[in-house]
Amino acid sequence: MELFVFVVAAAMILAGAIGVVVRSHPVHAALSLILTLFGVAVMFVAQEAHFLAAVQVIVYAGAIVVLFLFVIMLLGVDRTEDIKTEPFKVQRPLAVIVGLGVIGLVTAAVVASRDVVSSRGSGLVTPDMADPDSNIRQLSRSVFGDYVVAFEVTSVLLVVAVVGTVLLTRRVKPVVKEAS
Amino acid sequence: MMSALMSAATPTTTWYLVLSAVLFGIGTVGVLVRRNPLVMFMCIELMLNAVNLSFVAFAKRMGDIGGQTTVFFVMVVAAAEVVVGLGIIVSIMRKRPGANVDDISALKG
Repeated sequence: MELFVFVVAAAMILAGAIGVVVRSHPVHAALSLILTLFGVAVMFVAQEAHFLAAVQVIVYAGAIVVLFLFVIMLLGVDRTEDIKTEPFKVQRPLAVIVGLGVIGLVTAAVVASRDVVSSRGSGLVTPDMADPDSNIRQLSRSVFGDYVVAFEVTSVLLVVAVVGTVLLTRRVKPVVKEAS
Repeated sequence: MMSALMSAATPTTTWYLVLSAVLFGIGTVGVLVRRNPLVMFMCIELMLNAVNLSFVAFAKRMGDIGGQTTVFFVMVVAAAEVVVGLGIIVSIMRKRPGANVDDISALKG
């Protein structure tokens, strides 16, 4: 069963990711991104991160992709990118080589060190029927206990991001000069 | 036979990490190949999701909730980054409709 879930979710993730890269229409790329994000949410559930799976669906698929689609519609939905022509002849082969290099090196490192990682924490609590909230409780103890300063700093970050975006996208009114 | 195969091969942390590496590599290729700034942003999201996946896999493997906490913060930073980036893209596209990343490489209006 775990294998089945892994294979299906991995197929969703990889198909969506390849769709983001190869689809020329931005809307299609955004919809492929949703497929990848749902696959990652399934992987989170399979790895005992239930709260993060919910946040993944709500924040990523619900907010960030909608923001992407909103900007695509704002800028004109019919504008497809011409991905047949490439301005630099060597760019795509080089990019594929770099990508395969990243995949190969990280995979080699992971496989070579697969027995090294040892347990160091106090263990993840697996939610069961008796205590279905245990993952949320454990995560909230961590966020509001050990990492509470970082949590407060993220609120500052979000306020700065919102104010900065408003300043960036605001239209500057032309200054009306007084006729002298 | 099918059930024997399924019980024999349960996904380990290594599987999740390799999948995360492949997802990260696809995101890298997308950022390097595509010229539409919106699609490049989506590829950055792919790379962030790959990292999140490996964080969650490590949290399970090491029995430490800190990995999941880190994913939480990565999501917050990703949301802020998308908001700022899309604001920049909108303000650029308003001046130059249809610009790709080669047209705006000089970082000046």
